[in-house]
Amino acid sequence: MSDSAIEVSGLRKAFGTRVVLDGIDLQVPAGTVFSLLGPNGAGKTTTVNILTTLIQADGGSVRVAGRDVIRDAKGVRAHIGVTGQFAAVDDLLTGQENLQLMVDLKRADSAVIPGLLERFDLTGAARKPVATYSGGMRRKLDLAMTLVGGPRIIFLDEPTTGLDPRSRRTMWDIIRDLVAGGVTIFLTTQYLEEADQLADRIAVLDQGRLVAQGTPAQLKRQIPGSHVRLRFSAAPEAEAAAGLLPGATRDEDGVTLRVPGDGGTASLRDLLNRLDDHGAHAEELSVHTPDLDDVFLALTGREVSTR
Amino acid sequence: MSDSTIMLRRNFKHTLRNPAAVFNSVLFPVVIMVMFVYVMGGAFDVGVDYVDYATPGMILLAVCYGLSATATAVNSDMTKGIINRFKVMDVSRGAVLTGHVVASMLNNVIAVAAIIGVALLLGFRSPAGLTGWLGVIGLALLLSFSVSWFTVALGLSAKSPETAGLGSVPLVMLPFFSSAIVPAEKVGTGVAQFAEYQPFTPIIEALRSLLAGTPDTTALITSVAWCAGIALLGYVWAIRTFNRRA
Repeated sequence: MSDSAIEVSGLRKAFGTRVVLDGIDLQVPAGTVFSLLGPNGAGKTTTVNILTTLIQADGGSVRVAGRDVIRDAKGVRAHIGVTGQFAAVDDLLTGQENLQLMVDLKRADSAVIPGLLERFDLTGAARKPVATYSGGMRRKLDLAMTLVGGPRIIFLDEPTTGLDPRSRRTMWDIIRDLVAGGVTIFLTTQYLEEADQLADRIAVLDQGRLVAQGTPAQLKRQIPGSHVRLRFSAAPEAEAAAGLLPGATRDEDGVTLRVPGDGGTASLRDLLNRLDDHGAHAEELSVHTPDLDDVFLALTGREVSTR
Repeated sequence: MSDSTIMLRRNFKHTLRNPAAVFNSVLFPVVIMVMFVYVMGGAFDVGVDYVDYATPGMILLAVCYGLSATATAVNSDMTKGIINRFKVMDVSRGAVLTGHVVASMLNNVIAVAAIIGVALLLGFRSPAGLTGWLGVIGLALLLSFSVSWFTVALGLSAKSPETAGLGSVPLVMLPFFSSAIVPAEKVGTGVAQFAEYQPFTPIIEALRSLLAGTPDTTALITSVAWCAGIALLGYVWAIRTFNRRA
C-alpha cells in the first residue's frame, strides 16, 4: 500500500515559552504500525492531540486520512479512533452501556456489541459497573469503545503503561489483530520492547525532536547491542579475565566486566568456555538487553530515567 | 436520537446510579436548616417566625451545596479523557455541556423540593399564592441554571476532581455571608457591607418577598440581572475552556 494514512511535516507546538514540538516530520503508510518512542515529557501526547484534532499546532502541516486536521477536522474525525493515556471509560455505567453509548453516538448498529465484548474477553463482566473493573479490563473496554464504528486509523497513546505483563501481552495480541484487518496504528510508548514487537517503523522523540527514525532493525543497529555482565570477587581477577575477552570493558567498581555480544547462545557458550579454559570464575553473570535507556544514551548522549 | 438526548440520558443515569450523592446534597442543607431553626433560631430576633425567615436562604443553600458534585463529575470527564473521546467523535460541545448543566439542575430541583418539604414540616407557612410560588420556582431554576454553568466551567478548568470540588466551596459559603441566616444589617460591619453587595443577598430577599406575598420588584430585577451575568460568565468560560483544553 502506497497511500499515506498520516503525513506530518514541520510540526511545531509551544505552550507559552516552552517548546514542546520543534519541527517533526513523519509519514505513516496505510495499514502499518508506526511507533513514537520517547520518555515522559518528550511530546508524545501533544503529538497525538494535534494529529487527532484535539489541539492546534503552531506551525507545519498535518494530514490524516488525506485530510488537513485544521481545515477538515470533521473529515479526519470520521476516520479515526483514539485511545488516550488514561482509560476514558464511564465508571458509573456498565461495560455494555459504555459500548452502547459509543454505538448511539456513532449511529452504529448495536449488533456489534456482543462481538466486541467477546473479542476483548469482557462478556462475563458486561453487566457490571466499570468501577469494579481491573486496570487491564478498563484498557480493553476503552479500546473496544474506540473500535465502534470501525475507524481505519487508530491512535493509541501509551496503551500498556501501568499494565501487568500478562495484560500487556493481551493488548499486543489485540493490536496485531487490528493490523491484520488492515487498520493503521499510531502507537506511542516508552517501552522499546513494545515498539520492537509491534511497529513497522519507529521514531524516537526527545525534547520535541525526532532523533532517529527507521525500522526496528535499523534502529537497533544504531544502539549498543546486548552485553553480558560478569562480576568477579576481586579486581585482579577481573583484570585477568578482561585480557581474555575481546571488547570487554571494566566498570568503575573494578570487579565488573561488560562484554558485548549478540545475545545468542553460541556467543555465550564461547565466552563461558574461554573463561573456563583459563580457570577464571565469575561470581555472577547477567545478560543485558538494550532498553530505552540505551537508545537514548546512544542517540542523545544523555541518560533518561524511565519508570 | 440527537447527541444532546444521548448525553442527557448518560447524565440522568449517573444521577440514578449514585443515589448517595443526591442524598448527600440534600442532607447537609436539611441538617443546617434544622440546626438553625431549632438550636439557634430562638436567639435571633428577625421580627417574624424564624423558620419563615430562614427558608428562602435555605433554598439557596440547597442549590449551592449540590454544585460540588457537578464540579467533580465534569472534572472527572475532563481529566479522564472522556471529553476528549467525545470531541474526537465530533459530539457537539453544546450536547456535552448541556447534559451536565441539566443534570446539575435536576439535582438542585430535588434538593430544593426536599428543603421546602422539611421547612413545611418545621412549621413554615407562606401566604404566597400561585403566582408567588411560580415566581419562587422560576427564580430558583434561574439561579440553578446560572450557577450550574459557572460550576461546569469550574469543573472543566480545575486540575483534578479534588480541586474542582474544593473550587465550589466559596459558592457553598456565600449564603452564610448574606441575609440568609440573619438580616444583613445585624452582622458585623465588614461582613454586612459584603453581604449587602454580594449576589446572593438580593436573590434571597427576592425569594423572601415572593414567599411573604409581597414581591419586591427591585430585588427581583437585581436577582435576574445577577443570574444572567453569572450564567453568561460561566457559559463563556466553559466554552473557551472546552475548546482549548485537551
